[in-house]
Parts: sequence; C-alpha cells; structure tokens
Amino acid sequence: MDTSSLDGNATAGALGDLFAFDVTIALTTCATCHDRRAVAELRAYLEAPGIVLRCASCGAVQLRLVRSSERAWLDLRGIQVLETRATSS
Amino acid sequence: MPIVSRGFQGRRRQPGAGLVPPGQYVVDDFPVLTAGPTPVTALEDWDFTVVDDSGAVAARWTWDEFRSLPAEDVTVDIHCVTKWSKLGTRWEGVSLDTLLEGVDTAAEFVVAFSDGGYTTNLPLEDVLNGQAWVAFGFDGEELEPEHGGPARLLVPHLYFWKSAKWVRGVRLSDEDEPGFWESVGYHNYGDPWREQRYWGD
Amino acid sequence: MRWLVATVAETVPETPGAVTLRLDVPDWPGHRAGQHVDVRLTAEDGYSAQRSYSIASPPGADRLELTVERIDDGEVSPYLTTVADVSDQFELRGPIGGWFVWDGDDPTPVLLVAGGSGVVPLMAILRHHVASESTAAMQLVYSARTLGDVIYRKELEALTGPHRAVFLTLTRESSPDWAGHQGRVDSALLAEVGWPPSVRSHCYVCGPTPFVESVADALVGLGHEPGRVKTERFGPTGG
Repeated sequence: MDTSSLDGNATAGALGDLFAFDVTIALTTCATCHDRRAVAELRAYLEAPGIVLRCASCGAVQLRLVRSSERAWLDLRGIQVLETRATSS
Repeated sequence: MPIVSRGFQGRRRQPGAGLVPPGQYVVDDFPVLTAGPTPVTALEDWDFTVVDDSGAVAARWTWDEFRSLPAEDVTVDIHCVTKWSKLGTRWEGVSLDTLLEGVDTAAEFVVAFSDGGYTTNLPLEDVLNGQAWVAFGFDGEELEPEHGGPARLLVPHLYFWKSAKWVRGVRLSDEDEPGFWESVGYHNYGDPWREQRYWGD
Repeated sequence: MRWLVATVAETVPETPGAVTLRLDVPDWPGHRAGQHVDVRLTAEDGYSAQRSYSIASPPGADRLELTVERIDDGEVSPYLTTVADVSDQFELRGPIGGWFVWDGDDPTPVLLVAGGSGVVPLMAILRHHVASESTAAMQLVYSARTLGDVIYRKELEALTGPHRAVFLTLTRESSPDWAGHQGRVDSALLAEVGWPPSVRSHCYVCGPTPFVESVADALVGLGHEPGRVKTERFGPTGG
C-alpha cells in the first residue's frame, strides 16, 4: 500500500479546466485490471512533471495530464471506459 | 604530483556549467517529483541489463557486479522541466560508456526502463562520451529511494525527467520510441538550453 | 474556473497549529459542503505556489472560511497561518470537487470520520447540517493527537443534539482534563460508535492518507458498502 499519495479529489481543479463535467465523480474501468470506481478515489500523483492518476487496485496508470501555459495533453489509454451521468437532454 | 595545466578543463566539463538555462530558477533543496509509488527492490534482486536491438540481453550485472565496475565522481548542474535547477550536484556512478562498452550495435536510440514502469527515450549518442551515468551515490551518500535509489540514470545535459529514477536497464532500438512523458506532451529530446519542454518547442 | 481575489477579513487561531481565515471573495459563486478551493500565492518575482484547502464554512455563510494547518516545512501554509493578516490578498479558485460533498437533501444517516485536519471539510458538512436544520442522523468520530489539537472544540460541543453526535478520541499524550476515549480509530471503535452497515449510512473519511486508508478498510471490513464510503486523502501527514 502506498500511503504517500493523494486521491483524485486533488485533481478536480486541474481536470475541471478540461472537462465539461465533473470528472472526479465519473467512474472509470481500469484497462488493466477492470477495477471500477470513481476518479476521486484513484491514486493521484501531482508532484510530477504532470498529473498521473493510477488505479487504486492494481496501480496501473489510468490518466496522464501535461500542461504548458498554452496547451494540454491528456492520455486516457489506461481507462477502458469512463462512465458519467447523462447530462440533461 | 601531476602538473596541472592552467585553463585546461577537459571535454567532460558540462556545457553551460554554472549558468542557468532560460526560464529556470536555482534551488537549494532537492524537490522530489514522482509519477508513482517509490519502488522497493532488494539489492539481491536488482540487476541492470542492456537489451540489444534484437531484444536479446547483451549485458547484465547484478548489484555486486555493477558496484565492482569502475565508477566516477561527477559534479553537474541539473535542470528540471518544472523550472528548478540545482547547481553543482555531486554524484557517484558508472558511466554508460563503461556499460555499453563491447556492445556492438547499429541502433541509434535507447529506451531507459525502470522499476514501476517508467521509461524515457534518448538518442544513443547522447548517453555516450561522458554524458550519462547510472548513479548510485548522491552528495557523498547512498542514493535515497525517493531520489531514485538504489540507482538512477543521470543525463544532466537534458531536462531531468530523462534521468530515470530506479533505472533497471537500457534497451537499444533502431526506432525512437517516446517514453512515459515524451508520449504525452513533453519534448522528445529535451534540451534545457533551447528550452525544449513540450512538443513543438 | 477563473481565479478570484480573496481578501482576509479576519484570522482566528483555532489551535497552536491551525488558523481559520475568514475571507471576502466578491463573485464567490457559492459552494457545497465538503468542497475545496485552490489557493495561489505569487511572490514579487513572479514565482507562485498553489495548494488546495477544504472550505470550512457551510454554503450560504457570509464569508468563505478556510482552516489551515501549518506544515513546518511547507511552502504555503506557513504564509497563511503566520504571515497573512487582515486586508492581505491572495488568489483562489473554486469551488472544486463534486465527490466528497453532502447536500443535506438525503435523510440517510451519515458517519463522518476525521483524522487531524481532515475535520475541516467535515465541519463544513456539520455546519450545513445545523444551518439547514437537517434531521438526518449525523455522527462525527474525530481523532486528534492531543486535546490542544482539537479544532473547533467548543463549537463541536455546542452543536450536539438530537440529530448530531460527536465522538472524540485522542491518540497521543493523555491530558488530565480528558476522561474520554484514547486510541486510534479502528474497527472496534467504528463498530461501537458508528452506524451498523444495515443502516446503509453515507460515510465520509478525511485526513492523512494512512488514516483514511485504514479507516476506509475498516468500514468496508465491517460490512459498509464501498460505494457509500467516500474518502478524501490529505497526503502523507495531512494538512
């Protein structure tokens, strides 16, 4: 167990700039082990040259975010599927 | 006592030593950046491998074998893409020239790989000729786990994300394969003097 | 989400290690209990540092309140707890975080478990419970090192009532004034003081990461549904 990390709650500010919905309450299915849980509960590493979210179960990288002052790059390959509430129709 | 020739610095002097690259500021502490939990590998389980471009293990050292190789003390400046620079850092390590000696290859690139899954890519010529080490000592002590111990790559002429912590080997490759950060926005080469932080810089 | 300017209206020492900042933030859009803000400090040379802090005030309060615990070798908390004074300004953005929130429209019982400064967002939830006159049964289990480290102590004593209970446990030195519980929050304590899993209570756990991991595991081990246990980790030591 890694006790030094934060969780996805701490990424809500940074990810809030990119997503039109609150991604921290969305559920991800890990592409590696298929664990399913809220982004808020993933293991977050913010002290990196970017933000990394790892599966709380197997530790695989689910999300990587790099930001410069002008651009952002987002890799979500570690997420098999992201599930969020339907927005109003 | 050998005669010291005034002004001679030798080719190992780091270009720009003591100067601060554009956009950087100097720190006294040593910030810890990580993309994941600190790996724990017992020294009896540790090895360093050189994998050639066919995928075969061209060379391998256990910890004891690695520590029996000739090592050097180097003093270099390091520059992190998050803008801090630390000048005059002292390391002890084995040169990649030593580790790659006798490895016959036409490959142009290397991918350094680490415990925990981190990777970073470099041109082979950037890790030769006194430009790169596998470092096991920092500031006169054993390299601490949070800073990459038992051993990390040290490539001070590039941004420090290229100096992979917890390194376990290098893989030679004909193709350039962007590593952990290079594949998601960070510059493929990463020269701090040209401020190559992100794609397209 | 844009950066807003916060002006310090009042500083309130809570404990030797924690200070509440009462802030005026024009254009504050409102928030939900449990959310946080990002605070950004910028030095004259342009260097800036950013940290997240939980909002201590409930929705609808006059001023936005943050309770900050000072981390000795921290970069932002020493400024906020020892330097920042009335009329000083800094930037903040928010509210942030839709996961660790309680809105008060649900009558389901609630268990709040706080380790150290993890009590801050849970206090926003308790204050919201008070302000909205909620009758959802709410229980706080709060673990602090010593009596002197208990943030909001008097207010916590005052807010207990038919629908709100507070259970305090101290983990370090025993105080002569303290006749209450001593020891860590473990399964036995949670089974005794918390809700039985059959109640299907919402559980909120906040504090240093090791505390949160241990309490969340204990709750799930006691039979609470993992989906009903919400956690917010403050890092290795909290604050």
